[in-house]
Formats: sequence, C-alpha cells, structure tokens
Amino acid sequence: MTQTHTIVGRGNRDGAALFQKWFTELNHTAESGGQAAYVFVMGSMAELLRVFDLPIVMPEINSLQTAVRRVAHEYLNQAEDYGYSPDICGYVKADVAVQLRHGEHPMGRIPAPSLAVLTNACNTYIKWAEIWERMYHIPIFTLDIPGTRSCGKQTWPGETDFENDRNYVLAQIKELITVCEKLTGKKFDIDRLRETLQNANVMSRGWRRVLELNQSTPSVFNALTDGTIYLGVSNGFRGTAEGAKYFEDLVAEMEFKAAQGIGTMTDEKYRLVFVGVPCYPIFRRFNELFSEWGGTFVNSTYLWFAAGGVNQSYEYDLKRPLESFAEGVLIYVRNAMDSMFYQEQALAQMIDPFQVDGVVYHPIKSCRTVSTGLADNRRALMASRDIASLFIESDMMDRRVVSEAQLKNRADAFFEGLASRRLAAAR
Amino acid sequence: MTESIFHEWQDRSLDDAIYECRELFEDTSFPTVQRWRERGGKVVGHFQVNFPEEIVHAAGLLPFKVRGAPIETVQADSHFGSYLCSILKTSLELALSNTVPLEMFVTHPICDAARNLGAVWGRNVSYPCQILYLPQNPNSPHSVIYLRDEYDRLKRSIEDISGETISDEALRNSIAVFNENRQLIRALYEIKRNSPWLVSADEAYVLVALAGLIPREEHNELLRTLLPQIRARAARTQDKVRVVFEGGFCEQPPLDLIRAIARSCYVVDDDLLIGLRWLLEDVSLSGDPLENLAHAYLEKSSYSPVQHDLRKPKEKMLLARIRNARAEAAIITAAKMCEPGLEEQVAYTRALDEAGIPYFVGEFEESMTSFDSMEIQLETFVENILFS
Repeated sequence: MTQTHTIVGRGNRDGAALFQKWFTELNHTAESGGQAAYVFVMGSMAELLRVFDLPIVMPEINSLQTAVRRVAHEYLNQAEDYGYSPDICGYVKADVAVQLRHGEHPMGRIPAPSLAVLTNACNTYIKWAEIWERMYHIPIFTLDIPGTRSCGKQTWPGETDFENDRNYVLAQIKELITVCEKLTGKKFDIDRLRETLQNANVMSRGWRRVLELNQSTPSVFNALTDGTIYLGVSNGFRGTAEGAKYFEDLVAEMEFKAAQGIGTMTDEKYRLVFVGVPCYPIFRRFNELFSEWGGTFVNSTYLWFAAGGVNQSYEYDLKRPLESFAEGVLIYVRNAMDSMFYQEQALAQMIDPFQVDGVVYHPIKSCRTVSTGLADNRRALMASRDIASLFIESDMMDRRVVSEAQLKNRADAFFEGLASRRLAAAR
Repeated sequence: MTESIFHEWQDRSLDDAIYECRELFEDTSFPTVQRWRERGGKVVGHFQVNFPEEIVHAAGLLPFKVRGAPIETVQADSHFGSYLCSILKTSLELALSNTVPLEMFVTHPICDAARNLGAVWGRNVSYPCQILYLPQNPNSPHSVIYLRDEYDRLKRSIEDISGETISDEALRNSIAVFNENRQLIRALYEIKRNSPWLVSADEAYVLVALAGLIPREEHNELLRTLLPQIRARAARTQDKVRVVFEGGFCEQPPLDLIRAIARSCYVVDDDLLIGLRWLLEDVSLSGDPLENLAHAYLEKSSYSPVQHDLRKPKEKMLLARIRNARAEAAIITAAKMCEPGLEEQVAYTRALDEAGIPYFVGEFEESMTSFDSMEIQLETFVENILFS
C-alpha cells in the first residue's frame, strides 16, 4: 500500500472510528448508570470536566445525528406533541425526545445527565439546560462569558475591561470546580488539568493549521463535509490524548495532500465559503448541489464557532493553568460569538488567501444565534468586496422547511452567475 | 431641561388625560423624542428587557426604551431572514427610517436574536452601538462585582456621548428619581390587584409604557397626579375573571389586544414591560451607586424567560404571581417566533396543569390587527370559568 493510500482519507476514517468509540462508551455509561456531563460545543469546559473523569455528552451532536440518520422528524414530532412549538430550535426538541425515550438514540443509548455545564454563547443553551433542570433536578452551571461589546472593540489581557471579564470567568471556573468535586467525590488535580490543557493546545494548534492548509489549490478538504467530521473529533475528544494524536495525524495528512497537490475533488472549479449551519436533513445531497458544479467549500464559519472559537490563536499557559484556562475560555468563546455576529471582516480577509469565488449564506429556522444577522452581514460583505454570494434558507433539523428543489434552483442560478463572472473576467 | 416634553395631559380630566397618554403611546412617530431633541437633548436607545436607565439619566440624556412599534418594515426586512420575531425588525426600522434618531444604542444578550441586534444596528448607523452583557450567571457570588464593572464600562461609554463625567452624586439623584418611579408603578399595580375595576388593563399599560418615552421626572408627575384620581373613580365591579397575563416581557402585544382581553378579564398582574418594574425594591442611595444598581438587579428583582436564575424557576415564579394577585386563571402568550417565550410556555402550562389553574394559550405579533377569533375563544374560556 502506498503512502497516499495510508495517509489520504485517514482523518475521515479515524474520525468515524473515534466517533463510534465515543458513542459506544456513552452507551456503556448509560447502561451502567454512570455519571455524565452534558455540555455544548461553544465552551464545553471538557478540559476541566475530564479532570474529574466525567464522560462528555454533547446534545447538539446527538441531535444533528438524528437528522443525518434521517430520523429527526420522529424526535421533533414527539417533542412537539409534548408541547414544544414548531418555531423553536430543532436541536432542543430532538434532545427532549431523546430524554423522553430514556436515552434511545440511533447511535446507542445516551446517559442521563448528572451535571449540565453551559455557556451563554447561545441563549438557547440556557433554556435547554432549564429543561434538564426540571426533568432531572441536577446541578446546572451557567458559565457566563462576556462577549465583544461592539464591532472591532475586543479587549485583551492587561486592559481593564478584559481583566474584569477574566476575573469573572475565573471566579466561575473555581465555583464549577467545587460543583464537580461535590458531584464526583474527587479532589481537583491541577496536574491533570495541565495534561488536558496540553492536549487541547495540540488540538487547537492542529485545528488552525488544518484550516490554514485549505488555502492550497486544489483544496485539501471540504469544509462542509470533511470539516464536520474533524469538528466532531475536535469537540468530542477535546483535552484527550486521542484527540491530540488525531489532530497531529490530520495535520500530517493535510500537509501531505497539499505537498502532493491532492485535492478533495477531482475537478475543483469553484472555491466557496460556507456561512451558517449545514443542512443536516439532506446533508449529502446539500453538498452535491455545489459539488456537481465543481464547487467545494474551502472554509466555513461553522468550523469557527462550532469548534468553540479555537480558530483564534491562543494557547493555554501551563505554568498558570487555571488563570490561563479562564483567559483561553474567554478568548475562544468570545471568538466563537464574534464568528456569528461580526464575521464580515474575517470573511472579507479570507477571500484572497483562499482564492474564494463565492460565499454561501445558509441561515436556518432553528438557530437565531447564527441566522439573525446573516442577511445584513451579506450586505456588508457585498459592500466591501466584489464577491458573488448565495443566500438560501432551510434548517439543520426540520425537513419540513427544507425544499430541495428550491435550494437546487437557487444553487444552479448561483453557479451560472459564477460562470458568467469568470467569463467576463477572462475577456 | 425643565420644560416638559409631554404636557397634553395636564389640567385635564382623568379620562381625557388617559386619552392623551394613549394618543402619545400610539403615535409611531415618537414625538417626545423629537421634542427632547429640539431642546438640544441627546437620546440613548436601549432594547428590551431591562436597562440601567439611571446611568443615562445621570448624564442628562434621555433613555429611550426601544420596544418596536406596529409599523411597516420597509427598510428593515432586507436586513433579516425569515424566521424572526417582529420587534427586531420594527426596532431597526425606527433607526433606518430615522424616526427615532439616537446618539447611542445598547442591546442585551436576552435572546439569540436580540444579541445580533448590536452588530446589525452597528453596521447601519453612524452612532455607537453596543451590547451590555448583563450577567447570565446571577448565582455566582462574583456576578455583583462583574456587573458593577460592566455598568462602569457602560458609564464611560455614555460619558463619551455626553462629554461630561457622571458623578456619584448625579447617579444617586437619578436613582432617587427612578426609585420614586418604581414606587408609583408599584402603586398602580396595587390598584390593578386590589381594585381592578378602577383601571382597565389597557389604561394601566399605557400609563406604565410612557415611562420609556418621557423623562422620568415627568412620568413621576403624571402618575403622582393620576393615581389619586384613579383611586377616586366611581366605578363598579363587574363579572370578569381575574387573570395574570404572561408573555409580554419583550415584544409587546397590540394595545387593542390588551383592550380585548380587558373586556372579559381583570388583568390583575402581568409581565408587560417587566423591565420597567424589574427592580422590586428601592435601590440604596448610600455607598457605591453602581454596585447598588448591580446588587438590586441581581438580588431584588423580578423574573422573565430571558434571565436564568436557579433561585427563580420561572414556573414557580408564575404560580407565585398568580397567588399574590389572587388570580383565578392565566393567559399564557408568546410573541410569534419568540424562542424564550415559546420555550417557557411548556413549563408554564405544565405547572398550571399540576396546580389545577385554568389557562388560555395564545400567540401574538405587535402588528396584528384582527382579534375577533382570539376574543371569541377567550370569552368561551372565561364563560367556562364563570359558570363552572
């Protein structure tokens, strides 16, 4: 077997295997009645929770898996029968149904929560956790992370306002440690925190390098499809040695592909950026709407915010683990929020290095956090750069609001426009 | 500025004064803002739900409560996608159409949609726009310190607008004005609870809502004058059901909807414009005023679906509100596409089922104009209670 065969595609293969392992372990935890921590992708606090050996459950990922496996409608219907409106987040409703089914899920049984840790990166996280609070009467810890107050006005270490925010986050982390000690009966071990922080540093560094390597021509991975696999490992294995090794391997794979000129598709014609959340109910087909025209996604804001903002350059300082963890969580999660609210400048800046032909905006019914500002964001990007864009609405969970024919019509027209632009530019 | 910007109600009978209040409330050109500006005043707009208006007031600026309006969204529609509540669109419309010119706009992360508003607004106007990060972990002992510092950051931003330093003394004076305002609004709600036949739900609502449109000193004078007249009204009790209205914490139901409810119900308590009544007790006038405001926000405050506090489970707070108001039933509403409101409806209705309290569930939108169907359903609901 050649090096090409062993390396190329490894990230997807290993990612799928790790994912299966994660859910197998969760199934075991559920069957044995063990403790589990429910967390969210933006500010999961996995680095800390692993110190207490708490298995991590990510309900957002559980929910999207029901859509990818085409059973989301069954879960949504059950939650709506329970009383939840069709107009609220599909992730929440799918999870409500998982809980009503005592953890039954297409990938195995999900353990009930012993603790829920959430940030304010998405307000729905807070409402979601309140549901578990009512169902299970478990500790709910809201880690409040102040975001950027206005566009381009981020504060940084040493500035008064940043230090105020960091002190608040640090105080809350110390309170969370007390909650975890009480729940698990284990004493906090700062050296274990150093280990998880070190693993997280390797993963975050790898994540940034992988994203950067997609500047290659042809692009080395599809940010919409392959990227979602990498994202799953980034979230589900954050702070672990397995996660660190995965990302070292992934960087090696992408560097190999870049050096060899191996692309993610055989005939890459258009390089696109995806803004929003994928259309999971028709995930494969949704990508085909673009790939059939030779379009591939070279980057995605989803890979910024749904990775908890670790595309922002920051590494934990292991000499001052707690303080640095607070600082890192603040900077990362704030960046995740910025990637949803203020992404127009970052998008404009990536057009040249990534040789972007077009930007695809995909606001969804389920998620106001991500979707509310996208139309306005598009207007701002159009005003600052001459770049083609497509604005299509559907959902990440609810196939009732996914019109494949309509999406295809819009995508086809978009590519015809891209072709015309290219012809005009060549004249 | 000593000359009043809303004087039409003065020296009028109670009914005429309330009529003038309603006229002002329903005027979507927001004339008091224009009048304030004509006198050289500056305006800080703040989005729902709660905002420390005292800090703006202490700087001599007018805090304007941005709560949308029943208007066409001619310009704002193209800035948003499809699945969104109305208040965000109409609020932006007020800015884009320059109906309400501002010197500064502040929003809050009360919900996933509203937290986007700072960025959207900021991309489309020339004045500063920001998010005030009110704490979402009020159970952290550090949250008071954090919020005090966040208020201080806001104070510095407002000083940049006014061009003058806000002294502690000015803050204390403003807190005193707002303390009186909250006392007066509490007194109005006391009338609603104890003698609901003296003031209808829509009248009370309009009287409270003007607080977001005029200087608080003027609002205090208005309530100081009208409350005794309301108490002295010669009105008789009617066969109406005592209800609590829930769901008006952010987007506001049309006034005609409140009036329709009032035709068959006594609304003895509600969460309409709850931000104006968020602080339940007087804020201390001694010590650090910003810390006092922060402490009051966290420790002496009401509840809403957009604040998570382990000490305030919303369904239990609702049951307490119903109990304290001696209500027989609840009207549980949510604005269309309002995720926090819709999510809370499930907890509310389950708690009401368990407590055996009848309830009526509905949705509204600020721009809706037809209430016939809802009114018939509500009348049926009321008759079921009255004749059961």
